Amino acid sequence: MSTVEIVEVRGKVEKEHPMEKLLRMDRIPHIWCPTCGIGTAVKAFATALEQLEIDYNNVAVVSGIGCTGRVAGYMKLDSFHTTHGRAVPFAVGLAIAKPKMKVVVFSGDGDLISIGGNHFIHTARRNVDITVICVNNFIYAMTGGQVAPTTPILANSSTTPYGTFEYPFNLPLLAASSGAVYVARWTALHVRRLTNAFAEALQKRGFSFVEVIAPCSTLYARRNKLGDGLNLMKFYHDNSIIKHGADPREVDIGFQEKIVVGKFVDIEKPTYLDCLNDGYKRVFGDAYKVYGEEDE
Amino acid sequence: MTKIKTVKADPRDVLTGEHYLDGNHASAEGGIAAGCKFFGGYPITPSTEIAERISQRFPKVGGIFIQMEDEMASMNAILGASWGGVKSMTCTSGPGFSLMMENFGLGIMLETPCVLVNVQRGGPSTGLPTLPGQADMMQARWGSHGDYEVIALCPDSPQESFELTIHAFNLSERYRIPVFVMTDECVGHMTEKVVIPGAEEIDLVPRRYTDKSPEEYWPYIPEKDLVPLMPPVGKGYKFHITGLTHDYRGYPVINAEVQEKCVRRLMDKIIKNAKDIIWIEEKDIEGAEVVLLSYGITSRVVQPAIEKAKKEGIKVGQIRLVTVWPFPEERVRELASKIGAYVMVEMNYGQVYYEVERCAAGKCKTVLVPHAGGTVHNPEDVYVAIKEAVK
Amino acid sequence: MDSRVINSRATTTGRVGMKFWRRPLDTDKIKIPHGELHIIWERCKGCGFCVEYCPKEVLELSTEFNAKGYHPPVAVKEEECINCGLCEELCPEFAIFPVLKEEPEEAEEVKK
Repeated sequence: MSTVEIVEVRGKVEKEHPMEKLLRMDRIPHIWCPTCGIGTAVKAFATALEQLEIDYNNVAVVSGIGCTGRVAGYMKLDSFHTTHGRAVPFAVGLAIAKPKMKVVVFSGDGDLISIGGNHFIHTARRNVDITVICVNNFIYAMTGGQVAPTTPILANSSTTPYGTFEYPFNLPLLAASSGAVYVARWTALHVRRLTNAFAEALQKRGFSFVEVIAPCSTLYARRNKLGDGLNLMKFYHDNSIIKHGADPREVDIGFQEKIVVGKFVDIEKPTYLDCLNDGYKRVFGDAYKVYGEEDE
Repeated sequence: MTKIKTVKADPRDVLTGEHYLDGNHASAEGGIAAGCKFFGGYPITPSTEIAERISQRFPKVGGIFIQMEDEMASMNAILGASWGGVKSMTCTSGPGFSLMMENFGLGIMLETPCVLVNVQRGGPSTGLPTLPGQADMMQARWGSHGDYEVIALCPDSPQESFELTIHAFNLSERYRIPVFVMTDECVGHMTEKVVIPGAEEIDLVPRRYTDKSPEEYWPYIPEKDLVPLMPPVGKGYKFHITGLTHDYRGYPVINAEVQEKCVRRLMDKIIKNAKDIIWIEEKDIEGAEVVLLSYGITSRVVQPAIEKAKKEGIKVGQIRLVTVWPFPEERVRELASKIGAYVMVEMNYGQVYYEVERCAAGKCKTVLVPHAGGTVHNPEDVYVAIKEAVK
Repeated sequence: MDSRVINSRATTTGRVGMKFWRRPLDTDKIKIPHGELHIIWERCKGCGFCVEYCPKEVLELSTEFNAKGYHPPVAVKEEECINCGLCEELCPEFAIFPVLKEEPEEAEEVKK
């Protein structure tokens, strides 16, 4: 099989897309549907990496399963596509083994918060130095539109055909109350702010969390008669309220209701390894060799 | 056969000397001596002493112990750490073993070296947390979904718990596979003399990294021995690996053709190297009427029965399976036509027994001495089975 | 696609028309940059994000199909592209991007 993508460029001279250095071009076009917002989130992430001017060799992406779980497969970085819900603990092992590496978990709401919910809260509690990006499309998309822990009350899914009646999770509140040092939420429409949030989260030491509200046209929008992804983008445009520093308890998302976006938490706190090293230094004194300091 | 480079253990990691240790502590020391520097675990009886000893020893040898939130997390964390270039292990028992199965499968698919110690207790479900069993042997073989081959080692003493944990690390690095150390509550909690040799006497297989440049490297192009070499993380290889069926590039490809290639090699890398992996101990096989098979603690429990039968003139041979998986099919098949009967003694209602029966293929009698666990076999039951076998 | 972007954009600026905006002091020195649009025709899935959110309404969905059966955008007023890059940022397919057109003098002083 040829690994070379044949691209016809209309009109203009052939030129590489500026993000090609960060993408596995032999796998593009990706599997995401037209008007899906995940590609936009990936673009924002790539732009953030570019803006930070960090060594790309030093960044790893870990994904779980689902539509967003495929992100790892498209990023031209050391990338790991793990099992459903387990991207976070895999990333914990990797981040501890490579303390100087920027380890980013890029996954979906069902993966991170439902099956991986326990891993998510405990990793935030430990303040392990990883960045978690959750693309929240309010539904299990890869499996065909089942209810997710984020599906707003009243929204329809293939397993709540009469409308969801369960309370959804408020992800910024979950992350903040579990101990995350950085919590932000943006929609796929707020690309520039999203890019900045990614850049800030990547620079943060400790557990940083960015929720990206993204359109799912094929399942969430279609099942709920909301048009396509473009209509959802317009909805975000008209219904997003930017409120930096908002109390995470007040950023619940109702079905087709206002979406509060912004940076909610940005604090400093020693990381898991800082605490571990401090703890052992207290006990063992100079005999203790600080973990993660030496250069490889 | 590919010549495998070994290095000596780091003296700082090896607690050289004579010790009085239980099997769990010995396993922990084995892991540390093997250079393990990451342990992700979750407390579960009767394996917890391994985690406890590691948590006490690791700060002094530069390792990181982390008590994860559950066994799924433990298994994934050791996979992540292993990909980060650090030797890693976990331990568990009973229900925890079931929880680890999902991501044991990921370890198989990603071809990740690491070690999982299962201190077996009685099941099913919560079963007998504080009492022994050997009823996870088939779960070790088939517990995760899909087709794959495994390596499982069964120590019969604290000394062997130490040695086989090191051996497990070596096999896992050699064949890029998570390796099981299938001990049991008896061995785990039995305290005996353990001799830890000097570091210069411990040979370790280091991580087998590729020498190719990032431009010409793909993660799943195997060497002649069917085992691909690993990429170092963070060095610009920008590799991708996935739990999905993948091609040589590590990219997911969802079709029957790639599935055949992918799964076939995962199986073949163990099957075709089985001769080098299989480790059995034979005793008095020459001219034996009955050959008694056992592993782990059971191989010690059967000794009085063998002696009693021998005194009565019954020619009893013995095979101790140090590696239960891969199963020594060829040897069991070959002996079947030369002996009268196999007696399989294991602390379960027939697991490895069915492998023996399959390989004997009707050429000799096969007798199982079953036991649901909770205590070791009564040697008298084994003796009765031997008598039954020679009838 | 009934609500074109113009109306909704007005809401973000508080419905204040441009005539009330203060003129920057250096307005005569600032040069508006121009972008040259690159559209990777076959990679596009026709989502229309770029068309919808281009602040200068440079783009329109083509009436032609690409090989996948989508209508990629075409630049109908390319001379108005200010190289803001929003289309590139929003595009989920990595299929469109502007490149700053080299202006004869002090192009780098210019910021959007």
